[in-house]
Amino acid sequence: MCCKKLTLVKFLFSFLFLIASTTAMLAQDAAEGETLFKNNCAACHASTDEVLVGPGLKGISERRPIEWIVKWVHNPQAVIASGDKYANDLYNKFNKAAMTPYPNFSEAQIKGIIAYIDASNAAPAAPAAGAAPAAGAAAPAAQSSGGMMEVLLVGLLIIMVIVLIALLSIVNSLSKLSKAAEADPSKSFFERVSENAKSLAANSAVKTGIIVLVLLLGGKATIDAAYGVGIHQGYAPEQPIKFSHKLHAGQYQINCNYCHTGVYEGKGANVPSANICMNCHNAIKRESPEIQKIYKALEKDEPIQWVRVHNLPDLAYFNHSQHTNVGGLECKNCHGEIEKMEVVEQRSSLTMGWCIDCHRQTDVNAKGNAYYDKLVEVHNKDSKTPLKVQNIGGLECSKCHY
Amino acid sequence: MENSNKRYWKGIEELTNEPSFVKNIHNEFGNMPSETDAKGDSLVDGAGTHRRDFLKMLGFGVAAVSLAACESPVKNTIPYLNKPEDVEPTIANWYASTYTDGGDYASILVKTREGRPIKIEGNKSSSISKGVLSGRAHASVLSLYDNEKLKGPQAAGKATDWTSLDKDFTAKLAEVAAKGGQIRIVSNTILSPTTKKVIADFAAKYPTTQHITYDANPAYGLTQAHGGVLPNIDFSQAKTIVSVGADFLGSWIAPTEFAAQWAITRRVSSEKGGKKDMSRHYQFETILSNTGANADYRASYKPSQEGLVAVALYNAVAKLTGAATIAGASVKVDHLEKAAKDLVASKGASIIVAGSNDPEVQKIIAATNALVGAYGTTINTGLAVNYRQGNDMAMANFIKEAGAGSIAAVIFYNANPVYNHPMGAALAAALPKVGLSLATNDRADETASLCQFIAPDSHFLESWNDAEPKAGFYSLTQPTISTIFKTRQAQSSFLTWAGLSADFAAYLESNWEKNILKGGKVAWNNALHDGVFEPTTATVSSASPSVDVNASAAAISKAYTASSTGLEITVYEKVGLGTGSQANNPWLQEFPEPVSKACWDNYAAISQPTATKLKLKQGDVVEVSAKGYKVSLPVLVQPGQAQDTIAIAIGYGRTKAGKSADGVGVNAYPFISEINGACVGTCTQGVSITATGDTKDIAQTQTHQTVMARQAVVQETVLADFAKDAKAGSFTPRVKTSEGEKDATDLTLWNGHEYNNHAWGMVIDLNTCTGCSACVVSCNAENNVPVVGRQEVINRREMHWMRIDRYYSSDAEVEDLKGLEIASDNPEVVFQPMLCQHCNNAPCETVCPVLATTHSTEGLNQMTYNRCIGTRYCANNCPYKVRRFNWFRYFQTDDFDFNFNNDLGRMVINPDVTVRSRGVMEKCSMCVQRIQAGKLEAKKEKRRPVDGEIQVACAQSCPTNAITFGDMNDPASEISKLLLVEKEGRAYHVIEEINVKPNISYLKKVRNKDAKKEA
Repeated sequence: MCCKKLTLVKFLFSFLFLIASTTAMLAQDAAEGETLFKNNCAACHASTDEVLVGPGLKGISERRPIEWIVKWVHNPQAVIASGDKYANDLYNKFNKAAMTPYPNFSEAQIKGIIAYIDASNAAPAAPAAGAAPAAGAAAPAAQSSGGMMEVLLVGLLIIMVIVLIALLSIVNSLSKLSKAAEADPSKSFFERVSENAKSLAANSAVKTGIIVLVLLLGGKATIDAAYGVGIHQGYAPEQPIKFSHKLHAGQYQINCNYCHTGVYEGKGANVPSANICMNCHNAIKRESPEIQKIYKALEKDEPIQWVRVHNLPDLAYFNHSQHTNVGGLECKNCHGEIEKMEVVEQRSSLTMGWCIDCHRQTDVNAKGNAYYDKLVEVHNKDSKTPLKVQNIGGLECSKCHY
Repeated sequence: MENSNKRYWKGIEELTNEPSFVKNIHNEFGNMPSETDAKGDSLVDGAGTHRRDFLKMLGFGVAAVSLAACESPVKNTIPYLNKPEDVEPTIANWYASTYTDGGDYASILVKTREGRPIKIEGNKSSSISKGVLSGRAHASVLSLYDNEKLKGPQAAGKATDWTSLDKDFTAKLAEVAAKGGQIRIVSNTILSPTTKKVIADFAAKYPTTQHITYDANPAYGLTQAHGGVLPNIDFSQAKTIVSVGADFLGSWIAPTEFAAQWAITRRVSSEKGGKKDMSRHYQFETILSNTGANADYRASYKPSQEGLVAVALYNAVAKLTGAATIAGASVKVDHLEKAAKDLVASKGASIIVAGSNDPEVQKIIAATNALVGAYGTTINTGLAVNYRQGNDMAMANFIKEAGAGSIAAVIFYNANPVYNHPMGAALAAALPKVGLSLATNDRADETASLCQFIAPDSHFLESWNDAEPKAGFYSLTQPTISTIFKTRQAQSSFLTWAGLSADFAAYLESNWEKNILKGGKVAWNNALHDGVFEPTTATVSSASPSVDVNASAAAISKAYTASSTGLEITVYEKVGLGTGSQANNPWLQEFPEPVSKACWDNYAAISQPTATKLKLKQGDVVEVSAKGYKVSLPVLVQPGQAQDTIAIAIGYGRTKAGKSADGVGVNAYPFISEINGACVGTCTQGVSITATGDTKDIAQTQTHQTVMARQAVVQETVLADFAKDAKAGSFTPRVKTSEGEKDATDLTLWNGHEYNNHAWGMVIDLNTCTGCSACVVSCNAENNVPVVGRQEVINRREMHWMRIDRYYSSDAEVEDLKGLEIASDNPEVVFQPMLCQHCNNAPCETVCPVLATTHSTEGLNQMTYNRCIGTRYCANNCPYKVRRFNWFRYFQTDDFDFNFNNDLGRMVINPDVTVRSRGVMEKCSMCVQRIQAGKLEAKKEKRRPVDGEIQVACAQSCPTNAITFGDMNDPASEISKLLLVEKEGRAYHVIEEINVKPNISYLKKVRNKDAKKEA
């Protein structure tokens, strides 16, 4: 009996485990599918039923059998040539625009993509699975004007208020003493208040106190304003073409790297060239007046003059690939939620203090990178905290200035 | 140098303690601009700022700044319309190509950023240039952005377009051809086989065409002695090297290639059982050349004796080998017998080279080489070398024909003989008699401006081309930028005029696929990728040319005399500027000549005794005349030069080259004489020199930084001592303390640094550094070092991060003034590259009030320009005097009208390095931008950087590998291994006794001299 129970328990456990692992596998497929979809398909297909260049893919797994889809993805022209009715109808419906073949996708990968499409339609609110590895705490938007100065000013303010109260109480008691005799009960409350106010205004100590207070507040305002010179946080200039990141990066979830080609490779992320726009817009929304501007630029051979939003001074060297590729940071760490911006604005202050703060707080993305192995080893010998950027020279001048 | 009696000095003024020198000893940057020296109206002459001006400027400045701060300007970002697939903004692209300038050759890699070439490095795939470059090759990228080149074709001095030029010119050519008129194409050496084919096609269409080749720095004599072609010379096999007037490390034929070979024979190791032998180098010459400065034994002769020196050397060798001697007046030259003895002793590993262009002298030298068994070992006649193909006789003949009016048409293919041929004036007079003339020169220079048409050729970085530097060794040039101006490469022009398709790229490819690669598109793409195609292993031939030595000796006896008493002129080529083809390149103009350390000028160099005899001193302007040609130029006192000789450099005195070159120095080409049918750079008859009473400062950098009586700045020993004890001649500083004597490095005020990651360092071998200064130009290009101009160099404010200190020395006692004076007639020379030493206990860091200079966790001494407030405390506290201060804003300022002052010139700026503004310090950063980029590349690939992957600009460009850069924390790196061996041998730190612990070590110089006899 006892034995049987155990077997049952074992069976139950293994069953649970099986279910769990299958779900996990499915989730993993969907996660891989998401990446593949965004990098390869999203330029022409939406995961909803909206038609972009090609048909929306919502419900594709119900519309067509999986074998057909695999064949189609591997070589659409062959399927059309085989006389398949569905394929030919589709081909004609989309003005005989052939789909790019993806012969390298394995069946499992294609299934993953479908799993992702299904999952995204089933639970649109579900968070995307398999988020990129967390790259340490995102730096909070730093209070750029010096904290030290503020503490000092607040302290002074408190002292001033205390002095003021003390002075007022002295003034009050003195005036009570001197005026005790001639207190005139006939005078109304308001008259007395105005008299008191007059005597207060005539008092030199109070005057000095007020002047000092005004000076202090004025000084702080000036210093704050001076710190703000050259900082363009919130700068959101109008661009020559009303390009919406909200639409492209938000709604259609096109990977940043698709347009900003240098972001994992080079120093600059690069504003995309017009030919990248044309990958999609040679078919989509050609008549839109905004997109016509791109056509005109190409016809006239005149490059589009975008307005630069993020301006680092020439004396600071910043390399995107060090932060995205090596550091594993996500774009939004510095640029904010671009996918929600209709017009791009500068979210971070981009001051040196802001850089330094992040370098102080961020752990080095050392895992699996042999460059850091020895450094981590040496660091862990006499420290319990994880290796921060500042521990490997991240605060040094010539990391950014040369 | 407590261990030796040597005294080192940097210039005559230091040796004689002249007042001007003493005054400036403590004045690293020259005088501060002050009110009292306000005499000039330009900033450069000393800014005379008055109080009122100052207040005005202050008021205006405050107003301007507050206005500017109100609203920051909108900055645009302009992406490509159609991005080329292989160009990614901010990522550099590299292309293999070939640098050729006449017969100068180097296989190169061109670094382009966003489609513009910004730096040239050597291509290691080439077995000939082996990845090293001369200073001129480095500087050639700036010549691409020369604003003073022609913007398009010209006819009769007026701008025209290509179609009408082609129409007019071909019509006239056809007219000439119809009448059977003689057509000449005049060029310098052409290394390109395909270009020669194009010229042959042109000649096929116009059969009266003859191609005349000449060189401004000819080796006609050497080719004549070897049956019309240059033999292949290989110093790397030599044990005894004798040079009779050949500056083979500085300017003779292929100096970087020779320097690399020479360095192999000069490298020694302190390791037990390591290499303890080196070649012995004798130099006999008139001037103190860059090569002479590196020789073990050196002696001087007068130009009129040159042929007889060759004869004497032949006779000395012949006596030892039992061959018959030849007739010739005997000349007395020190060390000649000794040289002959060594040559014979190392038979089969000996080589004699001569710089003379006289074919008879070269024949005698060839015969001497045959006696010492050089052919087949150090000289190979089986491998034809194409570096110099000029025919002096043919060129002289052409000029005579042109003068006689028998030439109907001439095309100057990138040649400027009016300037750089001794008979240039005659040619200028003859050109109007030539019916039709055209030049493909890139600017309206001395020759082109006299021609009816100018069809400007594109720069080599804009062109397709190829080269065959040595027979069977090919190399390709590909364009790395589209043409900046409306130029057209000359080959396309020739093809157009010959009535063929003008597409030279297709022509080149088909010629290569058919005749060179004998393969298809794949082979072509591979060759283009590699830049070189070297299918052959060179054949070695030990055949020596047959020479009638007696006939040559007779010819020499007629042309030379053993004892002349008069003044003589010798004309030489400078290491930096060369023949003057790139004279309008400000980097080359500001290149301090290795020996004289002078820039922005040529001058009449004379020895101290000659100066004393003629009652002249440095800076006196003299008029030198000979052969009816007169020039005025300042005197420079040059120790080591032959008595009663005046040395003048070619390459200067351009009149139509551009802003940087025009009026700088004087033209020395007309002093070149014809001896035995060749252009020989001497003038031995009727030379006179008279003082004009004027003076002119020469922009010399040599004594700008002094050693302040410090010890052990340079260390040296002789080979025999070194073989016994690797520490011989080394200086170990000791200090006396209350606890007895201690090593200076044991006492310290500092806490030191710990380097967990990298520890960058450098080792510089003084034994192989020839002083050629290619590193200086490379550093300028990499780090956006500004050009400051002649007056600012005189004001001691040059900005070079890397300088090559040149020390003279002698064995005489410090007190023995007489001995010192004699010694200065033929001093020993040491070259020492000096740059920021990146001290671990850096004195500059401790005195900076604003922490603008700090230490990194990788051992670098960092300089933060945007933090610097310009107190110059750091420079005052720097023991090595390597910090340079930006006294002015050197960009976008008309006072410094060089490449930084025009949009085109600024295209060469390295976008990864800040352009420094006025009022900040700067110095060597150890190419931190390259270190950062290299580390990033490794991090992206999740690995540690590999040794050699990260290279600094100077180390990468060094022809002799004298500079080793690397990570001293990586035990597998070359620098770690080298230091491990040399720590107890040659390695030392400069001014070790002050214990600043530099990250740069030097390796002591070893001379292959006999050990001193015990006194």
